[in-house]
Amino acid sequence: MSAGAAKIPVTVAEVTPVNELVTRFKFVRRDGGPMPTFSGGAHTVVEMNDKDRVRRNPYSIMSDPADRGGYSISIRRDDNGRGGSLFMHRQVRPGMEMVISNPINLFALDLRARKHLLLAGGIGITPFLAQIKQLAGMNGNFELHYSVRTTSLASYADELAANYRPRVHLYHDDRGEQIDLPALLDGQPLGTHVYVCGPKGMIAWVRKTATALGWPREAVHHEEFLAPASGKPFEVMLARSNKMIQVGEHQSLLEAIEAAGVEAPYLCRGGACGQCETDVLEYEGTFLHKDHWLTPAQCASGTKIMPCVSRFEGKTLVLDR
Amino acid sequence: MTVIFKEETFHDDFTFRNSPEAVKRFPFPFPEDSYMYSVNLEPHKSYRPGSVYERTFDVDEHYVSEMRDRARVLAEDPLRCQSLPHMTLAGWDLLELIMTSKAEEYPELFELHRDGTKWHWINRPLGIEQKFTFLDETTLPYGPMEYITRQTQGDFAVLDQRDDNLWMDAGMVTTQADWSLDFDIGMNFFEWHAPVPKAHEMGIFQRALKFLLNVQQGSPARRLNWTMTVYPLLDTSPENYHKWGVMKKDLTLENMGQMMHLRVELQTFFRLPRSNALVFPIRCYLIKLDELVTVPKWARRFHRVIRDLPTELATYKGFVTNRPKIVEWLSKYDDGAPTSPGIWPD
Repeated sequence: MSAGAAKIPVTVAEVTPVNELVTRFKFVRRDGGPMPTFSGGAHTVVEMNDKDRVRRNPYSIMSDPADRGGYSISIRRDDNGRGGSLFMHRQVRPGMEMVISNPINLFALDLRARKHLLLAGGIGITPFLAQIKQLAGMNGNFELHYSVRTTSLASYADELAANYRPRVHLYHDDRGEQIDLPALLDGQPLGTHVYVCGPKGMIAWVRKTATALGWPREAVHHEEFLAPASGKPFEVMLARSNKMIQVGEHQSLLEAIEAAGVEAPYLCRGGACGQCETDVLEYEGTFLHKDHWLTPAQCASGTKIMPCVSRFEGKTLVLDR
Repeated sequence: MTVIFKEETFHDDFTFRNSPEAVKRFPFPFPEDSYMYSVNLEPHKSYRPGSVYERTFDVDEHYVSEMRDRARVLAEDPLRCQSLPHMTLAGWDLLELIMTSKAEEYPELFELHRDGTKWHWINRPLGIEQKFTFLDETTLPYGPMEYITRQTQGDFAVLDQRDDNLWMDAGMVTTQADWSLDFDIGMNFFEWHAPVPKAHEMGIFQRALKFLLNVQQGSPARRLNWTMTVYPLLDTSPENYHKWGVMKKDLTLENMGQMMHLRVELQTFFRLPRSNALVFPIRCYLIKLDELVTVPKWARRFHRVIRDLPTELATYKGFVTNRPKIVEWLSKYDDGAPTSPGIWPD
């Protein structure tokens, strides 16, 4: 099997600033054909040819899943990140040709739910925008609680409120508003599923509160893409390909493997899906495991690494790749 | 390709047989002279024009008669088709996948005209013309999954994906190798595979599940599986075991070539776009041993595979009692010559 989901050659149709931090990008197929339908919560991996390197970042598709004219994503600029969002904000213009992946859904709605309770923080609103359009189209029962920093940074809040007002609840940090989570979770009808997407702390808070209130694990869904962290450069031996590679400070191990011309499996590139799991043949040093995939026992065993987000510090690392 | 649809039966008088062209394109499942389980998955890409791998959903000379057999089985036992309430959307996804693939790949047999949600479907071999509204169940005579799978060869398991597992929450199952949708409905991947010997210890299901959970839109996959069936029975279900189980005793060395069939399943896997469910079409191909031995390579290899198969597998596949007879019959066609690699005739 080849690396990643099947690719779609696209043209950038629109670049629209949403507010001072967030910009929306719309992609259409280069051959003029329809985009694949997708399910709300899916993401696409956008390939960026940034000078001499290829970046591949996952972004939730926010457009209407039934609209096959194009896919839209919204990207929050991260001035201290590794550079993907800065590339999108500064380099990408309408008319540019890019490559994106087929949709991949690691944050699907559970269609058995009697009610969908959606909790968003900041740019974590994007998967819910598509899910809400899908749910509204099938008379689904949903309720959105959306936490933003300020009114001016509340991406799509006006549009959501205008279209779905009684089901949309907004909370502004600068006004000291906060979701009363225990009360909200406690008051839900049986058969409700809760979904959370937002900052790490918010996800942990929702999962912990739900667990404490006795919610079944299967009814609590979260999506958290980790951006690969920067770190000290390190050297890796790829045994099967017989190549010694260098992982740069702002490069992930997976990116370094790909840059060396070695095909490696991946899907989410954010430590969640498990697809890039790689066997460690030999090591002397310390793993910096950052993923949500490996169990603590697997991490401690020193036999596996998730190269999309995890790093290594030490003398020797030999991978079965 | 022009397909001439045969009039034949899979019950009572059993008039089913393959034309020489159908024998040539049969998906012989053994790439080497022995068999053991493997995950053996590959991308479901168009391959070898004329072969069963060319189209997304293969339509062959048995199409019309197989659909008639499905209708007969459903009339006797409606529980062969079930869909839990949350799977309706996946049913529409499947209907769309099949209609668009068939209309594109067999334009002389099928047509689909779409104007927004107003759809117009023409199925020439079955003489069906239907105007309906996409995503509106009230405009079709059956639910969307049942409607389209009454017009498509092969069984269909529609699997919901949640909690890092797959759940058998819908299906159309009338041509099965001795398993029951009514029994498995609502089970997860490990539960419905519990009866399979050896594979659990080999860790096959853990690996297979991990692969299946990651099957992505635009990247369908396929594999082959096989068993053996006495008489050309599509419906070898547990529900009807009392009818066909005893028929295995009719097998003799004299009638072996006509009565014994290699049964091959072409299993494919597609991620469905709106529901994020996984559909698992299981297409059954039958070939009589008399037909199979017209390909000398297959005759030699099949003798060696059946002779050397571990007893547990022969038991699980339901032919351990008849195996000595089958091996004796096949041995006449094996001169001991080496066979070429791969599944295709020389």
